[in-house]
Amino acid sequence: MSITREDVKYIAALARIDVPEDKLDAMTKSLGGIVQYVEQLQSLDVSNVKPTSHAVPVGNVLRPDVVKPSLTNQEAFSFAVEAKDGSFKVPLVIE
Amino acid sequence: MSLHQLTAHALLDLLKSRQTSAREAYDDVLARIKAVDPKVKAYVRMAYTPPDFVGEIPVPIAIKDNLCTKHEEITCASRILKGFRSPYDAGVIERIKKSGGTILGIVNMDEFAFGSSCETSCYGPTFNPWDLQCVPGGSSGGSAASVAADEAMWALGSDTGGSIRQPASFCGIVGLKPTYGRVSRYGLIAFASSLDQIGPLTKDVRDCALLMNIISGYDERDSTSVNEPVPDYTKALVNDVRGLKIGIPKEAFVDGLDPEVRRSVEDALNLLKKLGAVIKEVSLPHTPYAVATYYIVATAEASSNLARFDGVRFGLRAQPKNVRKNALVDMYEETRSLGFGDEAKRRIMLGTYALSSGYYDAYYLRGQKVRTLIKNDLDEVFKDCDVIMTPTSPTVAFKVGEKVSDPLSMYLSDIYTIPANLAGIPAISVPCGFSKSGLPIGMQLMGKAFDEEMLLRVSYTYEQNTEWHLKKPKLN
Repeated sequence: MSITREDVKYIAALARIDVPEDKLDAMTKSLGGIVQYVEQLQSLDVSNVKPTSHAVPVGNVLRPDVVKPSLTNQEAFSFAVEAKDGSFKVPLVIE
Repeated sequence: MSLHQLTAHALLDLLKSRQTSAREAYDDVLARIKAVDPKVKAYVRMAYTPPDFVGEIPVPIAIKDNLCTKHEEITCASRILKGFRSPYDAGVIERIKKSGGTILGIVNMDEFAFGSSCETSCYGPTFNPWDLQCVPGGSSGGSAASVAADEAMWALGSDTGGSIRQPASFCGIVGLKPTYGRVSRYGLIAFASSLDQIGPLTKDVRDCALLMNIISGYDERDSTSVNEPVPDYTKALVNDVRGLKIGIPKEAFVDGLDPEVRRSVEDALNLLKKLGAVIKEVSLPHTPYAVATYYIVATAEASSNLARFDGVRFGLRAQPKNVRKNALVDMYEETRSLGFGDEAKRRIMLGTYALSSGYYDAYYLRGQKVRTLIKNDLDEVFKDCDVIMTPTSPTVAFKVGEKVSDPLSMYLSDIYTIPANLAGIPAISVPCGFSKSGLPIGMQLMGKAFDEEMLLRVSYTYEQNTEWHLKKPKLN
């Protein structure tokens, strides 16, 4: 499988990254090279192999639903790009 | 010997006998940073908050730029996080502060830990103290270079595919990636959550054990933290390998391995044999697939973890001038395009591709299955071996700029270190020689899950019988 320019545009949109026209060819080439390299995995028979998502077996970790001290509203917004009325402010989404 | 040249344990001895003070040691390391960091460029910024010199282990420490440290600017060496002042301490930073650790500053790394050379940092590269034309390795390149150049007595780094061990090897110091779950990841800015682990970079094996004592242990705020008792790692520092079984994977000594690295690792092996270890040839047949597996699993996780950097809550926010899609999406896309460097974009896009509809089974799911095969290989070998030994990296440090335009060749420098992350097992890099050009060579020991003690014991024995760890780069 090889990656096309159109694929790169599609992936870029999914990843919310804007790849300008003049950089599309370079990105297509470098992604294509890596995808070609990982193709080697297709040669292995994995039909009876279970996937590993974590090396150490982990399950759901639950804690009692108790309120504990945490960041104050002021601390949590200390690094906000734009905040208003105790909320993060974003560009207008719905007119 | 000046104070900054000391190991942490030597400093602690001097403090105990009142021959120096914590403040004196801290100031001496600061002066060293002032003197040599303009050449090495290990630090991205000095700490805003001065230490209070209270606590039992007041060792001057450097912190990688991805470990949240209260009130410090923490950016993962990325433009997208510029200006982010952490409102809290990571679990390991709490432990360091509680022990009395004196934080010098924040050190450089590859952007979001995406790299093996420290060159993808938005601050520019760090240089190898042994040869300023060369990279220090990565991604914890600033951590390794600061310790090697005596600009910190020890440092914290993180390791997702070799990011502690490979720079430790390139800079001639000791670096340990602990077992997955041994050290809390709370407050570590995530790259690949199933692979990331924080660990020590130190001047010798005793310091490695000491720093492990400080940072290890259960933390309920990290749901993958493992609640196993933490031993006193200094008790593992025993100068004896008699009867221990060392596995040597035949797949490790193949083409692409620098002959000088091969010779040094073989010499180390012969020394351990002479000291009474039993050497056994083993096979890890799926490890040649480790790099390919890693670049699917790690990038997939990264693409998901880095979705949070979108200009909404922290860091950079672009102000798009023209509307292309809609105001919010335009802001996301322009922020991420301005904020992330080329390698970060490449990895996010690769991971997005591996997870995207139609490719998930062929890439991500298959990658996770091959991960199982690699883990099974290691489990099988550990039924009859105490440790597995390989080179840490196939080459010594390469020149700055040599591999930046060829991502794949950069990725292959992690070929020996990646399997330990995929399997979640601990692994250490220990200095074992120098190339003719004067660059350090490291050997890697991998161990069973939660058996860091065995790694420390074999490394310590090797170190007690060699002098590589005592050599210092000439920077003046």
